[in-house]
Amino acid sequence: MEDRKAQIARQFIEAIPHCKALGMTLTEIGNGIAEISMPYDTRFVGDPVTGVIHGGAVSALMDTCGGAAVMSHPKSPAGTATIDLRIDYMRAATPGQTIRARATCHHITRSVAFVRAVAMDEDEARPVATATGSFTVEQPRGESA
Amino acid sequence: MSRPKPEPVQVVKQRRDAALKALVEGVPYNQYLGISFERHGDELTAVLNYDDKLIGNPMLPAIHGGVTAAFLEVSAIMELSWSILWDEIESGRIDAETLTPDTMPRMPKTIGFTVDYLRSGLPRDAYARARVIRSGRRYASVHVEAWQDNRDRLIAQATGHFLMPASDG
Repeated sequence: MEDRKAQIARQFIEAIPHCKALGMTLTEIGNGIAEISMPYDTRFVGDPVTGVIHGGAVSALMDTCGGAAVMSHPKSPAGTATIDLRIDYMRAATPGQTIRARATCHHITRSVAFVRAVAMDEDEARPVATATGSFTVEQPRGESA
Repeated sequence: MSRPKPEPVQVVKQRRDAALKALVEGVPYNQYLGISFERHGDELTAVLNYDDKLIGNPMLPAIHGGVTAAFLEVSAIMELSWSILWDEIESGRIDAETLTPDTMPRMPKTIGFTVDYLRSGLPRDAYARARVIRSGRRYASVHVEAWQDNRDRLIAQATGHFLMPASDG
């Protein structure tokens, strides 16, 4: 059973137009951890010669997954927005394979949430990319200090 | 004193525009996000043409942070690829009119990309300009800035490091 926080985060993520456009599916959420998968799609190709997915699409996946992890954290009051996101690309994702991102919100303060994320294709032993990011912690209206 | 007669303006424009078109249209993801490029000499401005599918927060509403990151990364890669292609077509080593994915120079690969989000992206067009800070034989660094209404009020900026395509010979 998902807790209430996870349900809210799931509803929010699944209602995002750009996530629908990229075919993202939330596969796990709760306690500051989120996992989202994005199937291969030729429209997202960045290198026409190799058919490898564009890094930008991987960035969008990592960003969404990071935000979802923050929203599902027990100490996160409401919404969030990205402050910064750094992505390292270890290798090209294998064309034709689904890319799956897993993000962990490992620390949260009143104002900032810190996230680590990893993206994998079917060969889980060799990650495609890793990311670190910081996100805003949005206080509910009327409760800001 | 003699110098070669300058090429007619339409010849120059046609060559550069044809090369840019082949470069931009060769990447499916550019089309998917609705990104086009305006050219002044060798300077490129990327335009993210607004569409509802780019929204990340329907309540505000705001453009998805991932779209902003993707837009910056597309702009940076295109700028770097364009700088490589420019030398090839201007020197005549590559014929811009007959460019195909096979004759196009290979794309640089992203090693790392760091995005700073400065303001939320409004539901309207965005623009980006990238600058190649350093371009070496193996590695290149590119800085890119994006804005919407005011050039001085950036919505985001990024720095990327790229692996350059292996040059033949």
